[in-house]
Amino acid sequence: MALVMKKYTMPEQDPAIRAHNFEEVALGYDEETAIAEASRCLNCQKPRCVQGCPVQIDIPGFIAKMKTGDFSDAIEVIKGSNSLPAVCGRVCPQENQCEKYCVMGIKGEPVGIGRLERFAADYDLNEQQKGAPVQCASDAKKVAIVGSGPAGLSAAGELAKKGYKVTIFEALHKAGGVLSYGIPEFRLPKEKIVQVEIDDLKKLGVEIRLNTVIGKLYTVDELMQEEDFGAVFVATGAGLPSFMHIPGENLNGVYSANEFLTRCNLMKAYKFPQYHTPLKVGGTVAVIGGGNVAMDAARTSLRLGADHVYIVYRRSEKELPARLEEVHHAKDEGIDFRLLNNPVEIIGSDDGNVKSLHCIKMELGEPDSSGRRRPVPVAGSEFDLPVETVIVAIGQGPNPLVQSTTPDMLTNKRGNIIADEETGATTKEGVFAGGDIVTGAATVILAMGAGKKAAQAIDKYLKDKG
Amino acid sequence: MYKILKKELLSPNVWLYDIEAPRIAKKTQPGQFLIIRTDEEGERIPLTIADFDRDKGYISIVFQEVGAGTQVLGQLNEGDSILDVVAPLGKKTHIEKDMGTVVCIGGGIGVAPVYPIARGMHQAGNKVISIMGAKNKDILILEKEMRAVSDEVMVTTDDGSYGIKGFVTNALQQIIDRGEKIDEVIAIGPVVMMRSVVEATRPYKIKTVVSLNPIMVDGTGMCGGCRVQIGEEIKFACVDGPEFDGHMVDFKGLMSRQRMYKDKEKTESDHVCNLTKVKEAL
Ligand SMILES: Cc1cc2nc3c(=O)[nH]c(=O)nc-3n(C[C@H](O)[C@H](O)[C@H](O)COP(=O)(O)OP(=O)(O)OC[C@H]3O[C@@H](n4cnc5c(N)ncnc54)[C@H](O)[C@@H]3O)c2cc1C
Ligand SMILES: Cc1cc2nc3c(=O)[nH]c(=O)nc-3n(C[C@H](O)[C@H](O)[C@H](O)COP(=O)(O)OP(=O)(O)OC[C@H]3O[C@@H](n4cnc5c(N)ncnc54)[C@H](O)[C@@H]3O)c2cc1C
Ligand code: SF4
Ligand code: SF4
Ligand code: FES
Repeated sequence: MALVMKKYTMPEQDPAIRAHNFEEVALGYDEETAIAEASRCLNCQKPRCVQGCPVQIDIPGFIAKMKTGDFSDAIEVIKGSNSLPAVCGRVCPQENQCEKYCVMGIKGEPVGIGRLERFAADYDLNEQQKGAPVQCASDAKKVAIVGSGPAGLSAAGELAKKGYKVTIFEALHKAGGVLSYGIPEFRLPKEKIVQVEIDDLKKLGVEIRLNTVIGKLYTVDELMQEEDFGAVFVATGAGLPSFMHIPGENLNGVYSANEFLTRCNLMKAYKFPQYHTPLKVGGTVAVIGGGNVAMDAARTSLRLGADHVYIVYRRSEKELPARLEEVHHAKDEGIDFRLLNNPVEIIGSDDGNVKSLHCIKMELGEPDSSGRRRPVPVAGSEFDLPVETVIVAIGQGPNPLVQSTTPDMLTNKRGNIIADEETGATTKEGVFAGGDIVTGAATVILAMGAGKKAAQAIDKYLKDKG
Repeated sequence: MYKILKKELLSPNVWLYDIEAPRIAKKTQPGQFLIIRTDEEGERIPLTIADFDRDKGYISIVFQEVGAGTQVLGQLNEGDSILDVVAPLGKKTHIEKDMGTVVCIGGGIGVAPVYPIARGMHQAGNKVISIMGAKNKDILILEKEMRAVSDEVMVTTDDGSYGIKGFVTNALQQIIDRGEKIDEVIAIGPVVMMRSVVEATRPYKIKTVVSLNPIMVDGTGMCGGCRVQIGEEIKFACVDGPEFDGHMVDFKGLMSRQRMYKDKEKTESDHVCNLTKVKEAL
């Protein structure tokens, strides 16, 4: 049989239509296409793809099941390594992970591993029987998890399966971390996908205590000493938005991407006034940054009614850190990429609203410490971009609430918790940490990997302790 | 769910609720706040914890109905429950023994958050002079409570219907003029009031603490929506505050940012009014 060199096309909503709704953009393969795409996999003896997957899913294993249409078996294989496949199939930067190493990618396009994973997971969500909730033993040891993002959820799942009584403490009124408040509905449906995966965890007996800020309502020490938790896993993410510290950043109309996306996703401002939280989007919007967060903010602005949306990024297209697919989607939807531009000031009108973004052109110089060529300003190239809204998406740091109330759990200079790479063990006995709070803003699957490793280490720690 | 144990009308449109929340009551310190969400569609509304009873396991809020969110909250009754309460948030007020003479100023509904602070200061053995300001006598709240925890209370009303005619700053000036050595002023109320207090104490270099109420979303330092300019620095009021050194605060910026959603809120208020009308018609 001749090799099919290209991936089967992913059906998508028409860009002209989807730019104005919050429905999912990528529609997913149908059964026939999924089987065809699966058939492109060569079932390699030494599958290179697996080394690119941070949680080492048996990729040829699950794809082999899909070739014969055994989707339920396929998902069992995936779930052996990944407890949130419907999420990862959608948001993993596959081009830098599993698919980057696929042999099919050498001469043609790699196998659409993410798309297949998504198909199997969605199939499973539809077919799933409602299993009876699991009850753990009454003398089961208690483990506390702080934060319900991917790191916390995956650790909770692993520990619950091992028979621990797991409680997740979440500051917000919804579980999921960035999956709920950050990544938009049109990329990751909340009710259909995120909530279902979280409910799955609850069936394993995991308790989720929302509206509970650790460091405020309970400290880590109180959890261990007063509430009888044998171990604590801190997975509080990278939630602290960075600003640029340029003039005009406090003007009305300047948002951090976190605020903008939280209002839209968590508070459902896109359903205003049915939902009461407002979100003001001007006619012309500039989003500063080039990562997933920036793409999400830009595409959300379009959907909320902006006429023209710029991405202002100081490096060139090659350096855009966003998932490739999101960059393509953004372009198709009409986002205007202003690359090699750097904002220097936000200009306001007399009434305190944003009037324009003052930028300077950049060119690429010598490589910097990250190996990427450093952008340097071109003298005399300043110009004014008239906009009404500026969304700052230049990164997030660690939220200090837990660290500042847990003095014997040490952090590095940037405020990230110091934790062993293999076990997640922190400098405080019985306390483990993982995900963005340790690594800085990274990816869903890396956070999940950290959660899984920590769960194993916590299991060992509690067993050794007896 | 958090049950409303008691509902009391303090003055027109101003309610006091006691809410069952034993753990929060146990952990709350004066100066801290909470965030409430009444129902699935509601906003996250920040309100100061006006009181807390650790033994009985409840906390109190005092709020004014201003827009859609607080209107919906005001429609709840004793025995009803509030969907979400997140607390305690923010830093506690700095209260110590031997701080000396502290002037606690509450303007309008700002008296409610000042009350636990005045009480804390009093319990710590400091001399507490309280100034309570209101537009008129009828809307003055918590006078009895404030008297119980203050060495001296001065009341000002804009129209002179009770106490000194004028603003809280008039009373403050009287205290300064009579030669009283003031070690700290704490002022909570409308932004214009706090700004006037800060300008009144600036020439005398009296330490002045204000509690800021910018628009907030999460209250955990995650969104940056509550940022305020404090001297050269940008601070997040929900985690770095809400109390700040008044002499460092950029009040102009704060007021401008608070107006951000004025027009949108109107649409929403109309929407809620209509909902209420529909409810009433049913
Ligand atoms: C807009 C956006 C788009 C992204 N897109 C992608 C993508 O396409 N692909 C990808 O792989 N990655 C993406 N990422 C990155 C990815 O989402 C994160 O790397 C990942 O979510 C980190 O997981 P985590 O569990 O460490 O933390 P988070 O998901 O940040 O979760 C942390 C949780 O802890 C809670 N918390 C914090 N402090 C406390 C406290 N004191 N007490 C209780 N709870 C607390 C927070 O409320 C939050 O719910 C994106 C990120 C953003 C913001
Ligand atoms: C730390 C803090 C403590 C507070 N304590 C109290 C209190 O004890 N009692 C009390 O009555 N009020 C308090 N407030 C103000 C209260 O949060 C607002 O009145 C309320 O959010 C208005 O919501 P709404 O939906 O009814 O009105 P909206 O229709 O949303 O708005 C009405 C007006 O209030 C302003 N506003 C809107 N949202 C907020 C917000 N999240 N924070 C501040 N202002 C806002 C807007 O600028 C608008 O002009 C406090 C605010 C903060 C930040
Ligand atoms: S989890 Fe992510 S990296 Fe691993 S196989 Fe799935 S899509 Fe690829
Ligand atoms: S490397 Fe590609 S072709 Fe080989 S097993 Fe993995 S997915 Fe299949
Ligand atoms: S309210 Fe979001 S950071 Fe303060």
